[in-house]
Amino acid sequence: MTVGLTHYLTVAAVLFTIGIFGIFLNRKNVIVILMSIELMLLAVNINFVAFSAFHGDLVGQVFTMIVLTVAAAEAAIGLALVVVYFRNRGTIDVAEIDLLKG
Amino acid sequence: MMLSALFFYLFAIMCVGAGFMVVAARNPVHAVLFLILAFFNAAGLFVLLGAEFLAMILVVVYVGAVLVLFLFVVMMLDVDFAELRAGFLKYLPIGVTIGLLLLVELIFVVGAWITAPTVFIDVPTPAPAQVSNTQALGEILYTRYVYLFEVAGLILLVAMVGAIVLTLHHKRDVRRQSVAAQVGRTREMAVEVVQVETGRGLK
Repeated sequence: MTVGLTHYLTVAAVLFTIGIFGIFLNRKNVIVILMSIELMLLAVNINFVAFSAFHGDLVGQVFTMIVLTVAAAEAAIGLALVVVYFRNRGTIDVAEIDLLKG
Repeated sequence: MMLSALFFYLFAIMCVGAGFMVVAARNPVHAVLFLILAFFNAAGLFVLLGAEFLAMILVVVYVGAVLVLFLFVVMMLDVDFAELRAGFLKYLPIGVTIGLLLLVELIFVVGAWITAPTVFIDVPTPAPAQVSNTQALGEILYTRYVYLFEVAGLILLVAMVGAIVLTLHHKRDVRRQSVAAQVGRTREMAVEVVQVETGRGLK
């Protein structure tokens, strides 16, 4: 019944998988894709904190703070791009973002 | 010990369930609210692991700022979300297949995780036992990792400037108040004194 490192790693693995699953499932909606990325970053953070706690090393928690910073910056820029794109095209369908013809 | 295991399973199940509802919810507003629930439960897991400061950061900064930003954007955009969900079932089989494969792989990897005993002997930055988690984090964040901390601040500054530059736009046909022009008006520009002769009037 005692909760070990692998329990936390399993929770993080399941959350990460749900994030990837969400990207496959909601392939048209940019906002849900961004939310799935947030879920994956949360899973990574749980891994960092679990290793940090079970190994008695604080660097994992410092790194988690950096990951949170980058995730916040990514969400802000991503949502700004979504707003600008919606203002110009009137949709946020990923399949229609093809102006660059790449 | 029993109680902490109980809370671990509570938080873990709530977190995974809320995470699943994020990707499965029909309404994106509900998806954001489930994401908030998932983050709250992850904060509970952090508290169980002894990382109280990060748990508070997650609740205050992440739920309070980033996810509310998501909520704003979802409510601000007038998008037909039902149309965006078309093809949901078409992508379901491949999504489930890839998700299950990845999950099995990840669980095989972490399920057989054994930490080498030498790791515990030479930990580079052990958590001091006497001080709280917040103080211990501050003591290494502001000394050994101060450059990393400043780079994080720089990243946030760049993100802030980028988001403002991207979303700021001026409409051309809107008349705006010009404070400089108002303040810069002199008496001579505004008032003209004329002598009106009787019976003539002004031209």
